[in-house]
Amino acid sequence: MNITNRLKSTEVTVSALAALLAAGAFLMPAWLSFLLTLALAKALVVLGVVLQMRAGLVSFGQALFYCIGGYGVGLGAQSLGIADAFALLALGTAAAVLLALICGFLLTRYREIFFAMLTLALSMILYGVLVKSSALGSTDGFNVAPPSFLGWVPEGDARKQAVYLLTVVIAAAAVIGFNRYLKSGLGRVMEAIRENEIRVDYLGLSPRRLLFANYVFAAAISALGGGLTAIASGHIDPDMAFWATSGEFVFIAILGGTGHVAAPFIGAIVFSVIRTFAIQEAPHTWQMALGLVLIALILFLPKGLWSLVSRKHTKAGNTPAAKEATA
Amino acid sequence: MSTILETRGLTRTFGAVVAAKDLNVRIDHGEIVGVIGSNGAGKTTFINMVTGYLPPSGGDILFDSRSVLGLAPREITRRGMARSFQVAQLFPQLTVIENALISLVAAEGPWPSFLRPLDTPERRAHAEAILEDFGVTPYRDAVTSTVPQGARKLVDIAMALVSNPRMLLLDEPTSGVSVEEKCPLMDTVMAVVRKHGVTVLFVEHDMEIVARYVTRIMAFYSGEIIADGSPRSVLGDAKVQELVIGHHFDLDLLGEPA
Amino acid sequence: MTSLLAILFDGAIYASWLFLVAAGLTIIYGVMRVLNMAHGSFYAIGAYSAASLVGWYFSGNVGNPYLSYLLLIGCAVVAGSLIGVIIERGLLRFLQGKDEILMVIVTYALLLILEDVTKLVWGVDPYFAYQPYRLLGQTAVGVGLRFATYDLALIVVTAAIGLAAWFALNRTNRGRLLRAVIHDREIAVAMGVNVNVLFTVTFAIGAVLGALAGALTAPAISVTPGIGVEVIVLAFAVVVVGGLGSIGGAAIGAVLVGLTRSVAVHMAPEMELFVIYGVMFLVLAIRPQGLFGPVLARRI
Ligand SMILES: Nc1ncnc2c1ncn2[C@@H]1O[C@H](COP(=O)(O)OP(=O)(O)OP(=O)(O)O)[C@@H](O)[C@H]1O
Ligand SMILES: [Mg+2]
Repeated sequence: MNITNRLKSTEVTVSALAALLAAGAFLMPAWLSFLLTLALAKALVVLGVVLQMRAGLVSFGQALFYCIGGYGVGLGAQSLGIADAFALLALGTAAAVLLALICGFLLTRYREIFFAMLTLALSMILYGVLVKSSALGSTDGFNVAPPSFLGWVPEGDARKQAVYLLTVVIAAAAVIGFNRYLKSGLGRVMEAIRENEIRVDYLGLSPRRLLFANYVFAAAISALGGGLTAIASGHIDPDMAFWATSGEFVFIAILGGTGHVAAPFIGAIVFSVIRTFAIQEAPHTWQMALGLVLIALILFLPKGLWSLVSRKHTKAGNTPAAKEATA
Repeated sequence: MSTILETRGLTRTFGAVVAAKDLNVRIDHGEIVGVIGSNGAGKTTFINMVTGYLPPSGGDILFDSRSVLGLAPREITRRGMARSFQVAQLFPQLTVIENALISLVAAEGPWPSFLRPLDTPERRAHAEAILEDFGVTPYRDAVTSTVPQGARKLVDIAMALVSNPRMLLLDEPTSGVSVEEKCPLMDTVMAVVRKHGVTVLFVEHDMEIVARYVTRIMAFYSGEIIADGSPRSVLGDAKVQELVIGHHFDLDLLGEPA
Repeated sequence: MTSLLAILFDGAIYASWLFLVAAGLTIIYGVMRVLNMAHGSFYAIGAYSAASLVGWYFSGNVGNPYLSYLLLIGCAVVAGSLIGVIIERGLLRFLQGKDEILMVIVTYALLLILEDVTKLVWGVDPYFAYQPYRLLGQTAVGVGLRFATYDLALIVVTAAIGLAAWFALNRTNRGRLLRAVIHDREIAVAMGVNVNVLFTVTFAIGAVLGALAGALTAPAISVTPGIGVEVIVLAFAVVVVGGLGSIGGAAIGAVLVGLTRSVAVHMAPEMELFVIYGVMFLVLAIRPQGLFGPVLARRI
């Protein structure tokens, strides 16, 4: 099967899954669709982390864009009086892209722990500003009014269902779009940059410029996830930018793996489901469990949950496709 | 014949170490030049400066009569000068064919090929042809870090040639390769190079190998060029024998250049 | 005039606290190339053990209250070295030589684990151990300006620890050995340095310093869950500003960050956190390797 057909078959699968999830909106209990909404939104943020990990960079500050996306939505609704969900999401994402264009200019000079620490510093700057801004509710943040959808203002249950459906559609579009990106020349060159930047330079390409583009894409998708989270939960606060939030995104990225665009989605859903139960059952050992799982992953499953999925592919005799997926 | 590469007073110091001292080199189109010199003589430093990896402390570098001073490796690559590395610089966790595919997409120029899938049937066919040329087809789908040293060196050179350079600088292409493999490796490389009429500068420690492939030799010693000329004149030079080769070199060992 | 003095003293107090926290972090990085996120937990464990021990000491009818200072230091040394050795031998040993960024993630996992361990051991209610803090009263500095003597003493203690570290590194044979390792690990190994022992000792010393920072801070604060998480990023800022792995750099970084924050607190309190990370960002933007970090280039 050549690449175009392979892309198509992935896209058909994703669309079918999305349709299934969408149909589920009217069957599943409200708590489940809410959980899935937040998990999918989180997965979009983690996708931003994964994009950069594939290029060899670990962002310990992706919460910066998550928060910008969220506050973009919140402020757009509160201060600018924008009611439409699409416009609000576009606003948050645009704000993040703008910020990324500025920060990326500087950040793409850095690698390894320096990149990690600088991204962390940037998100903490935002955190520091928000915590002290009484106009924005300081540490408490503020509530986000329910938006309208292209003029339609749903009430009651329909409101949550609408947000859920929107999230499913956006997530599916993101999976399809970024799957194409990861398999494109540009996406694959990102891996080459991770592997050997000097060689990439000698091939006639500028690693910095490419990383810059990648960084901006990552910012945009993370902000979109933040915006959806804000709409779904109806609340935003500075903790969205706190470094521990970024840590959680890194955790999910490692949990899912970086082998495929679907990996962060698997990671985020597993994470959210387990957390929902763990926080009820063992609130005081939840973080400990996370830590232990993280170490176990690094030691025994360095390619994340996705490697389990793709391994099954191979067993089913679908070798080339599985290879493509894990490559 | 016209000059393709010229350096004027090229100098580089590392603290107290002078790795290149007032190098004035002139290489013509189509020449195959060998570079010899003991460890630390400044051969790699010379290549690093010429290809933009290392800024010189002084002097100028002209490629096609235009200065390339201050340009990044990618810009110099785009002007038509490519290099290989003493330690092969590959993408170790990708497969051999993926290494080739990425070199191809880079050579095609970013737009619009960057937006299309990397692994299209056309590009794959092209990449496979390149691997075939270099005789590394058996390793096509192997993860690059797992293939033997000799094959890695060949892939390294193949990747440099993908951009169709007019000049190629080979930094010890046969280092780390077993003695029996050295000649086949160089034969492969030279066949491809001759097919495209590429000018070559070729660093090598094995005098017999150098003499076999080149028309001219430059001998480096402690950052300076102490001899430059035909293989016979350079290898027969008493100073070169004393400082570079370290023993008397029997010129009868040299056949006619291949 | 008074406010300038206040800024300077506040800055110095904060800087000495920052240095205490950051010194262990930078030593561990310098020797082991591990940027240890769990350092925040060492701080928290030091603070908790000190607060509970001192609380217990004062709850009985004890003799000399000044002994509590010894308790502070003693329990930091015991808790820090214990946990340091356990973590180094039990986990980090098996990950030697891994990517630096991977080690950040591993120690982040450790931080998560230790956060809950402290909650399990000490619960979630705050601990207070204000007695050693009150005991020393206040000292007037200039006109109308008073500081807690404990805080001022902290400056002296920190300076002493800094000087001791400097002396140990520069004037003793073992210290010189350590610097050789920091400078070039491969050469040190070739010279026959026992890296395993060295790493365990280094990690333990770093952990003790972290715990000590917590223990000495405990009397001045209420010890609550989450203090470790807050502290670690600050410590990062300091060592990154100074240059990773450099003790002198950590000192300069601490002074720079401490003074900047103090200026912000006095002149524009809403900028407090902003300026700390702003300084870090600015320094890195201009000197990526930090003020005292060496420039590294890859040879091909
Ligand atoms: N990045 C660097 N930093 C410091 N010194 C360097 C650097 N690169 C090269 N040198 C020094 O410059 C001198 C020339 O080194 P170079 O690598 O050019 O030698 P070479 O002729 O390629 O040797 P070899 O045959 O071992 O590859 C040596 O003394 C080397 O130690
Ligand atoms: Mg060399």
